[in-house]
Amino acid sequence: MDQIRHKVAIVGAAETDDLGQLPHMSRLALHAQAAKNALDDAGISLADVDGLLCAGAIPNEVAEYLGIQPRYIDGTSVGGCSFMIHVRHAVAAIMAGYCDVALVTHGESGRSGVDAPRGGSASSPGGQYEAPFAIGGAPTTFSIPVLRHFHEYGTTKEHLAHIAAATRAWANLNPMAMMGSHRRTPERGGGPITPQDVLNSRMICYPFNLLDCCVVADGGGALVLVSEERAKDYAKDPVYVLGAGEAAAHWMVSQMRDHTTADGYRIAGEAAYKSAGLGPQDIDHCMFYDAFTFTPLMAAEDLGFVPKGEGGPFFAETKTGPNGEVIYKSGPGGDFPMNTNGGGLSYCHTGMYGMFAIIESVRQLRGECGDRQVPDVNVSMAHGPGGMFASAGTLILSNA
Amino acid sequence: MADYAGRLPVATPESQPYWDGLKEHKLMLPTCDDCGPHFYPRPFCPMPKCFNWDIKWTQASGKGKVHTFVISHQPIPPYNSEDNPPPYVIAVIELEEGPRMMSNLIMDDPYSTTVDMDVEIVFDDVTDEVTLPKFKPV
Repeated sequence: MDQIRHKVAIVGAAETDDLGQLPHMSRLALHAQAAKNALDDAGISLADVDGLLCAGAIPNEVAEYLGIQPRYIDGTSVGGCSFMIHVRHAVAAIMAGYCDVALVTHGESGRSGVDAPRGGSASSPGGQYEAPFAIGGAPTTFSIPVLRHFHEYGTTKEHLAHIAAATRAWANLNPMAMMGSHRRTPERGGGPITPQDVLNSRMICYPFNLLDCCVVADGGGALVLVSEERAKDYAKDPVYVLGAGEAAAHWMVSQMRDHTTADGYRIAGEAAYKSAGLGPQDIDHCMFYDAFTFTPLMAAEDLGFVPKGEGGPFFAETKTGPNGEVIYKSGPGGDFPMNTNGGGLSYCHTGMYGMFAIIESVRQLRGECGDRQVPDVNVSMAHGPGGMFASAGTLILSNA
Repeated sequence: MADYAGRLPVATPESQPYWDGLKEHKLMLPTCDDCGPHFYPRPFCPMPKCFNWDIKWTQASGKGKVHTFVISHQPIPPYNSEDNPPPYVIAVIELEEGPRMMSNLIMDDPYSTTVDMDVEIVFDDVTDEVTLPKFKPV
């Protein structure tokens, strides 16, 4: 099962020029600008791209928009982890000779809604069996498993609030982060928060207060992948794919087999570990998709970083820094560095955030992260769900 | 009822008996002789080792427990008017027969909802054509 280990590398990774409120850009323009930035990052011409993978758009839409005719396409669009799955598929495609230069693109006008298709059919399973009960988007569905986890394991809102505070602390070190200190505004707020601030924020959908929820943004991102043989020919140090996994577990959150365990996380995680020949103890840095505070807690448990049910106390552990400051378990200076870009909670969340998790893994492995650079990152995991824990994608990436 | 503001389901040929049952105030579940009832309605048994296409419709008791829930403070129709404001409860009900389904709980105080609370079905005739299966504490 180690056939894919170290065979393909990410050589370009970038977001759109800006993230946040971008009403002047359509969904496809966001795809294209992210593609330009990732290709520039790699020093590769668009003309060399012969594999195209995208979500939230049909590959033909993006190919036509860019003016390319790729000989390999993948339109897997299963939510936020689609891009982890694209990387896995690109590895296989490059190894099989289906393409030489794979471009993965994401663009979503999640806030402004410029060409943002919404809603499904009233005859779909979701339209018949969930939507009639006043489902109002992710805060009313991603929240569904949480109280079962609280009930079975004693997890609390206070535990979850620590994840929000830790993630904001990373955002405060990232100039691109929407809710970080650099971009704080009187209207939107931003800057440091405490767990108590999370609990005091407006109730959105119990058990989630406002600060348990991700930001809502426009933006995009893209990746460029080539074979290991060619990986050193480009502008930046390559980031190798060591392992990868994917899964589809359910679609409607009401049909999740066990609301305290994401089956997809376990299936994808096991495949990623097996192909990399590594385990949780070998991972230096984690990017765990955080649409809500509870989402990465589930990842830490189901990917084997903590035993099932112990994620709450794990993330709520704090220590005191040299200047008396609180150091959160998953925050700067903590011993479980996670979501170091500021996460979906405080950096950017377009709707399908997984692309940004991968970009941050690449940057941490390259050592490009400035104030938020985690020391000695050699192996990073980027993991996410699609839908409400419905699908999953896991990547184990390395700079060596 | 004609001005019901919430989202309405549209049946498919396979789910029509389920929605017809609700209109008659019966909760009907597609049932496999070997594996029992399932939710949501499919014309076969969704147990991969069975995949039997000989399905009968059986009537559920309408009793169950709250498996998990949330309390939405969002003004989502029909919970968006002065008469019917948020917050409201969205719950996954585990039916006595085993399958789980999404629904709303009819609660005087949403915050008195608890996991594993016993509930029973309430047939909410939201339009002349559509009845939604909702639940209330026993």
